Amino acid sequence: MTSSLTMKNVTLKFGGLTAVNDLSFDISRGSISSIIGPNGAGKTSVFNMITGFYRPTAGQIILAGNQLVGKKPSQITRLGMARTFQNLRLFPNLTVLDNVKSGMHSRTSQTVWGALWQTRAQRREEQLIEDTARDCLRFVGMEDSCWRIAKNLPYGAQRYLEIARALATKPRVLLLDEPAAGLNYEEKEDLIALIKRIRTHYELTVLIIEHDMGLIKKISEKVIVLDYGQKIAEGTPENVLSNPRVVEAYLGKEEEAI
Amino acid sequence: MNPSRKKIAVVLLLAVACVLPFLSNNYWLDVATLALFYVVLAQGLNVVVGFAGLLDLGYAAFFAVGAYTTGILMTVYQWSFWLTLPVAMVFAAIVGVIIGAPTLRLRSDYLAIVTLGFGEIIRILAINLTITGSASGIYGIPRPSIGGYVLGGQIDFYYLNLIIAVLAVVAVKRLGTSRIGRAWMYIREDEDAAEAMGINRINMKLLAYSIGAVIGSLAGSVFAVKMSAIAPLSFSFTQSIMILLAVVLGGLGSIPGVVLGAVLVIALPELLRSVEDWRYLIFGAALVAMMLFRPQGLWPARYEMKRGARRSKTEEATEGGSGNDVKLDNEKCNA
Amino acid sequence: MDILVQTLADGLVIGAFYSLIALGYTMVFGIIKLLNFAHGDLYMLGAFVGYTLLSVLGGDSSGGGLMGILIVLLLTMVIVGVIGMGIERVAYRPLLLAPRLSILITAIGVSLFLENGSMIVWGAQYQVYPLQLSHDGISLLGAKITYVQIGLVFISALLMLGLHLFINRSLYGKAMRAIALDQTACHLMGIHVHKVIGLTFFIGASLAAGAGTMAGAYYGTVNFMMGFVIGLKAFTAAVLGGIGSIPGAMLGGLLLGMMETAGTFIFGGSWKDVVAFSLLIMILVLKPTGIMGEKVTERM
Repeated sequence: MTSSLTMKNVTLKFGGLTAVNDLSFDISRGSISSIIGPNGAGKTSVFNMITGFYRPTAGQIILAGNQLVGKKPSQITRLGMARTFQNLRLFPNLTVLDNVKSGMHSRTSQTVWGALWQTRAQRREEQLIEDTARDCLRFVGMEDSCWRIAKNLPYGAQRYLEIARALATKPRVLLLDEPAAGLNYEEKEDLIALIKRIRTHYELTVLIIEHDMGLIKKISEKVIVLDYGQKIAEGTPENVLSNPRVVEAYLGKEEEAI
Repeated sequence: MNPSRKKIAVVLLLAVACVLPFLSNNYWLDVATLALFYVVLAQGLNVVVGFAGLLDLGYAAFFAVGAYTTGILMTVYQWSFWLTLPVAMVFAAIVGVIIGAPTLRLRSDYLAIVTLGFGEIIRILAINLTITGSASGIYGIPRPSIGGYVLGGQIDFYYLNLIIAVLAVVAVKRLGTSRIGRAWMYIREDEDAAEAMGINRINMKLLAYSIGAVIGSLAGSVFAVKMSAIAPLSFSFTQSIMILLAVVLGGLGSIPGVVLGAVLVIALPELLRSVEDWRYLIFGAALVAMMLFRPQGLWPARYEMKRGARRSKTEEATEGGSGNDVKLDNEKCNA
Repeated sequence: MDILVQTLADGLVIGAFYSLIALGYTMVFGIIKLLNFAHGDLYMLGAFVGYTLLSVLGGDSSGGGLMGILIVLLLTMVIVGVIGMGIERVAYRPLLLAPRLSILITAIGVSLFLENGSMIVWGAQYQVYPLQLSHDGISLLGAKITYVQIGLVFISALLMLGLHLFINRSLYGKAMRAIALDQTACHLMGIHVHKVIGLTFFIGASLAAGAGTMAGAYYGTVNFMMGFVIGLKAFTAAVLGGIGSIPGAMLGGLLLGMMETAGTFIFGGSWKDVVAFSLLIMILVLKPTGIMGEKVTERM
C-alpha cells in the first residue's frame, strides 16, 4: 500500500513546553486510522500542524509527495487536506447550504469580474458549486436542512454539517477531530457507518482523533497512541489496546490503580 | 416577500426616484442628491464592514482620494472628468492595498484604530500639502460634459448620482452573492474555519478593502464636480462615522437595509433641523440604543430567505438568536 | 542642549497627561477587552466639570489657593468617575457577551453623545479656564521649567503611584487581574465581577478627568472636541507601552509625549499628529505587544 500522509520526526514546542516530540508515522492510502491518547497528549496539535495552523519546530509532513510544513492552511486545503474541529467551527449565521459551499472555494476560480458581469462561466460555476454542495449534504443525509441557519441546528446535525463542508473541498485526506463527542450510542453507530461510506465513496484516507474506544475498535485499521507528545504505541486496535504502556497511560500504573 | 413582489417593489422605487425631480422643490432635490451619495458610500463600506466584517473607521479617506484626484486632475491638468474616474479608482485601490497589506492581519479592534489613524493622516496631508490646496482646498472644479452637454443643473447631478447609486447597488449585490462575497462572509463568521476551507483570508480581506476603496473614490470624484469646490473639512472623522452609521442603522451586510440607512442618515437631520445642535447627540444615543435593542439593524440581512426557501417562524434567526429558537428546532427535528 | 532639555520638560508634561488617560484605556482593555472609544471624552468632561466647579466656587486667579484647586481636582475626579461607571452600566454591561463589533460601535455612540452633550451644555466655542497660573519657574541648563509644570508632573506621579499601590496591594487589584484571566471562573469563585468592572471604569474615568482638569489649567482653554485627538494619542501610548499593562501605559505616555514634542521640533507643528499616528500604526504592525505587554495567544 502506498502512503498518503507521512509525519517525519515532527516536534512542536511552545516556548519551553514540548507539545509534540519527535513524532513519526505513516498513514496508508485509503485507510482509516486513529490517534488516541489522554487529554493534553498533543492530538489536536498534530492536526493543527498537519493543516498548517501551527508550524512544527522541526520535522516534515508530507501529503502525497507535497511538503506541508511552511504552507498556509488555505494552501494545504488546496493540496487535498480537509478537517473538522473539536469544538465545532461552523459559520453560525449562514445557511447550511452556504456553509457547505465554502468547501468549493478552493476548487473554483471565478473572481470579481465574473461576478460583476454575471458571465456565463460565472453562472456555470455557481451551478457547479450548488450541485456539489447539495451532493455533499445529501451524502450525510441533510439535504432537507439546506436553508436552515447553521447555529439553529441540533448538535449532532452540526457535526454532520462540518463533515459535509469538509467533503466539499474534495480532499484526499479527511481529518476528524473527535467526531463522536457528545453523540449517543445510536448516533455513534450512524457515524461509524457514515465514515465507512465516505471512505469508499470519496476514495479518501481518514484520520480520526477520538476518545471512544468502542468506536475506534470498530472503525480503525491502525491506532497511534500519544502520551505527553510522544508516540507510545502503534498498530492494530487489538494489539495497541492490550499494550501495557497504553493501559498505563490511560489508567495509571498498576500499583497506583485501586 | 416573494421574488416577484420584490421585483415590483424595486421597480416602483426606481420609478419614484426617476420622477422625483419633477415632484420636489430644489431644497429636497438637493437632499435627495446627497442621500444618493450616501447610498454609494454606504454600499462601499458595506462590502468592508458588512460582508467582510472589518471595522473601518477611516472610510472618508477614500472619499477624499477620489475627490482630490478628480479635483487636481481637472483643475491643474485640465483632464476630462470621465478620464479622471478610472485614474481615481485605480489610485484608491492602490491606497487601499498600501493601507491594508500591513494592517489587515491585526485583530478587529486594532484594525479599527489603525484605519482611524490613516483617515486622520490623509486629512492632515490634505490640509498641509500645497497640491491639495491646504486648508482652503480646491475650488473652481469645472462641470463635466457629455458630448457638448454640460452637466450643470441640480437635476443633472441628481440623475448622475442616481445612475451611480444603482450601479453601486447592483455591483455590491452581485458580489455579495458570488463566490467572492461568500468568502468574505466566511471570514466574518470564523476566520480560522474559512482559512481551513481553503480561503486565503489576507487576500480576500485586501480585496474587500480595495473594492470598498474604489466605490468610495467613485463617490468622491462625483462629489468633487458636483460641489465644484472641496476642502478637508468634508473628509473628517465625523464623515466616516456617518457613513458607518448608515450601514449599521440599516443592517450590516443587508443591501436594502444599507440603502434605507443612507437615506435616513441624510433625511433625519433635515427633518431635525429645528434641533440642529442636538443632531449628533441623538445620533450617538441612537447608535447605543440600536446596539442594545436591535443590533441586526432596521432591515437585517436574511441569509435563509433565498429562492425556494421553506421558512418557519423558528428559523427567523437574527444575530445572537436566543436559546429558545434552538430548543424549538431541536424538538422539530426529533419529531 | 537647552533645546533638548526644554523639549524633554514640555514633553514630560504632555506625556503625563497621556499616561493618565492611557491608564484608563489599558485597564478597561485589560479587564474586559474593550477599546473604550469614549475614553478621551471623559478627559474632556473632566476639563469641563473642573471649569464649572472653579467658576461656581469662585476659584479666581489668586484667592482660591492651592488647596482649593486640589479640592476641585478631587471633586472632578469623583464626579466624572461616577459618570464613567454609569456609562459602563448603561451602555457596555448588557453587551459584554455580544460580538466585538457591536460593543465598539456602542462606544462610538457614547463618544458622540458625550461630545455633543457637552457642546450643548458648555457651548461650541473655546472656553477660557477661570484660573490663572503663574509663569514663574526655574532655569535648568538653559531651559525654563515653570513651577506649574513641576506641580502637574508631581500630581500625575502621585496619582499613578496611588494606582500602582492600589492594584498591587488591595483585594480589588487582585480581583481585577483575576477577571482579566477568566470571568466565568471569577463569578463561580464569588467575586462580584460587575462591581470590579464598575470600579475599573471609575478609576479609569477619574484619572482621565484629573488629566482633563490639569490640562485645562495648563493650556488655559477647553473645548468639547478636545478629547478626540488626545484619546487617540493616549491609545497610542497604551499600545506603545503594551496594552493591558499598567506600568506600560505610564511609560508609553511619557515616551509618546517626548517623542511628539521632539517630532514637532523636527517636522513642525502641523505634522505633530501625523508623527503620533504613524508611530501608532508602526507599533501595531511591527510589535503589537508594545514594550511591556504580554503576548496574547489567539484562540485556535
